[in-house]
Amino acid sequence: MIKIISIELYKIFRKWRTYIGFITIGVLVPLIHLSFGLTTEDGGVGMIPRSIREGFVFTGNLANGYFISYIILHSLYIHIPFLIVLIGGDLLAGEATAGTYRMLITRPISRFQIITSKFLAGIIATVLMLVWLAITSLLLGVILFGPGVLIIAQDKVLILAENDVLWRFIAAYGFASISMTVVVSLAFLFSSLVENAIGPIVSTMAIIIVFMILSVIELDIFAAIKPYLFTNYLTGWLLFFDDPIDVQAVIKDVLILTGHILGFYFLSLYIFIKKDILS
Amino acid sequence: MSDEKIIEIEALSKQFKDVKAVNNLNINVYKGDVFGFLGPNGAGKSTTIRMMLSLIKPTSGNIKIFGHSLKENRKDILRRTGAIVEKPDFYLTLTAYKNIEMLGRLSGADTSKKKIMEILELVGLEKRYKSKVKTFSHGMKQRLGIAQALFHDPDLIVLDEPTTGLDPQGMKEIRDLIIHLSKDRGKTIFLSSHILPEVEIVATRMVIINKGSTVVEGTVNELLNSGNLKVTVEVNNPDRALEVINTSRWKEKLNNCSNSDFFFTLRQEEIADLNKYLVTNDVSVSAVIPTRSLEEYFLALTEGKQ
Repeated sequence: MIKIISIELYKIFRKWRTYIGFITIGVLVPLIHLSFGLTTEDGGVGMIPRSIREGFVFTGNLANGYFISYIILHSLYIHIPFLIVLIGGDLLAGEATAGTYRMLITRPISRFQIITSKFLAGIIATVLMLVWLAITSLLLGVILFGPGVLIIAQDKVLILAENDVLWRFIAAYGFASISMTVVVSLAFLFSSLVENAIGPIVSTMAIIIVFMILSVIELDIFAAIKPYLFTNYLTGWLLFFDDPIDVQAVIKDVLILTGHILGFYFLSLYIFIKKDILS
Repeated sequence: MSDEKIIEIEALSKQFKDVKAVNNLNINVYKGDVFGFLGPNGAGKSTTIRMMLSLIKPTSGNIKIFGHSLKENRKDILRRTGAIVEKPDFYLTLTAYKNIEMLGRLSGADTSKKKIMEILELVGLEKRYKSKVKTFSHGMKQRLGIAQALFHDPDLIVLDEPTTGLDPQGMKEIRDLIIHLSKDRGKTIFLSSHILPEVEIVATRMVIINKGSTVVEGTVNELLNSGNLKVTVEVNNPDRALEVINTSRWKEKLNNCSNSDFFFTLRQEEIADLNKYLVTNDVSVSAVIPTRSLEEYFLALTEGKQ
C-alpha cells in the first residue's frame, strides 16, 4: 500500500494544477506579512476594534508573529478549500480523462487498494498544503516579527501568554487538517462519479459556497438544517483560541467531520468497486 | 498445440442497459497459442477484453485464466498477464522511463534501470527514455504500450490492436515480436486486431465474433480451408484449357476467364483434382493460386454470406 501511495503522491506532485494552491499561499501570505510590516507602526493597536481599544491601554508590539499568523489563518481559512478541491477533484476523474484507469486497474492491485491509496495521497497533499500555510504564516511571521502575546479581540478581549500560544496553533492546524480532509473527501467522491475533473471541482466549490451561505444566514427556516451542514464545523479550529477551551465542542466537531470523511470515502469506494471502466 | 487451457470463457454475457454487447460467448485459448480475436466494429471484442482484465464486470458467465476464476483470483491472474487495451494512454507529463518504472512497480516487476532500458530497447524507444510521453507520436505510444505489457514478463499477453498507428516497418517488428514471444518464449498471446492479414500471418488459432457471439472458432488453417475458395489457375495454353474445361464438370465451377487466367470457385480438396485433370489433358498449368484470404472469410461470416 505504501508503494501505491508513494506513486499516487508522485503523480499528484507532477501536475501543475497541484501547485496552484501552494503558489497562491506562497505569494499571498508573504504579501500580507509585508503589508503588516509597513502599516503597523502603532504596534498593531490599530487593528483592535475601537470599542475595545478605547477602554484599555495597550503597550508593546501586539502585531507579533503569532498575531499576524492568527489573522492570516482567520482570513484565508475560508479560501483554502477552493485550492484543495483542485487536488481532490482530479484524483479519480483525472485518470478517467487521461484514459490511464485501464493501465492502473489491469495491474495486480485491488480496487480497494487503488481508491484507498488515492484517498490517502489526497489527504497527505492537503495536509502538506496546510503545513505550507503554517510555514509561510506562522514560521515566517515569527521570524519576521518575533513571538509575543496573542491578543484576540472580537466580542471580548482574550490575551494569551506567549508560552501558551504555539500549542494552540499546532492544535488548530491539526483540526484544520480534519476540516480540509472533509473538503478533499467530498471532491474525491464527486471525482469517482465522472470522467472529467472540472465537474467535481466546480460541484464541490458550489456545495461549499451554498452551505457557507446557509450557515451564516440568520433565518429560522435555515436554523433546522444548520446542524447538518458540514461547513458549520469547518471553523472549529477557532475553539483552540478560547480560554478555557470547550473540549466537548471540539470533540463533537471532530467526530462530525470524521463521520463525513468516512462517509464520503466509503461511498467513493462503493461507487469505484461497482464501476465499469469504459474510458 | 498444448492442451493446457490458459483462457476459458464460458457463456459470457454483458448487458449495457438496452444493448447486449456480449451474448453467451465461449472461447478457449491454449498455452502457446497466438489467438486471433476477430470481429467487426461493435462485435463485442473490447467489451470481452475488458471483462477478461476485470475492467468491467460480466452480467453472467465465467472467465477462467490459468485455470483459476478471474473473480476469485484477480490479483494472481493479473500478475501473470500483460495487456494493451485499445489505445495506449499514459501519464503524459511523465517520461517514458518513469511510466514504465511506475507501472512496473505496480506489477511487482524488477524496476532496475537495466531492465527498463532493455524493454525500451526492445520496442525502439531507448533513445527517447527521458522524453515526456506527451511529446510522443501515436506510434511511439503504441510501442510504449507494448513495452509496459511485456515489462513484468507475463505468461499471457493480451494485445488489443497492437499495431494501430505504426508504420509498415513497425507493424512487421511487432508481428515478429509476437511470433518470437510465442515460439521462443512460450507466451500465450490473445490478439485482437482489425488488420486481418496480420492475424492471418501470426495467429495459430482464432475466433470470429459478431453481435457478441462466437461465429466460428478454430485453427487459421482449418478456417481458411473450410468452405469454398476462390482459385486462380494460370495456364500457358488458354485455348486448349478452355476447350477441356468446357467439356467437363469443371465448367460449372468456372466463374470467368481472362487471357491466361481462369477463375474457379472450389472446395479445398477439388484443387488437386482440377490440376490433375488439366495436366492429363495437355494443359500446361503454370500456377494455382487460392485467392481466398481470411479477410474474405471474415467478411463472408460477419455479413452472413457464408
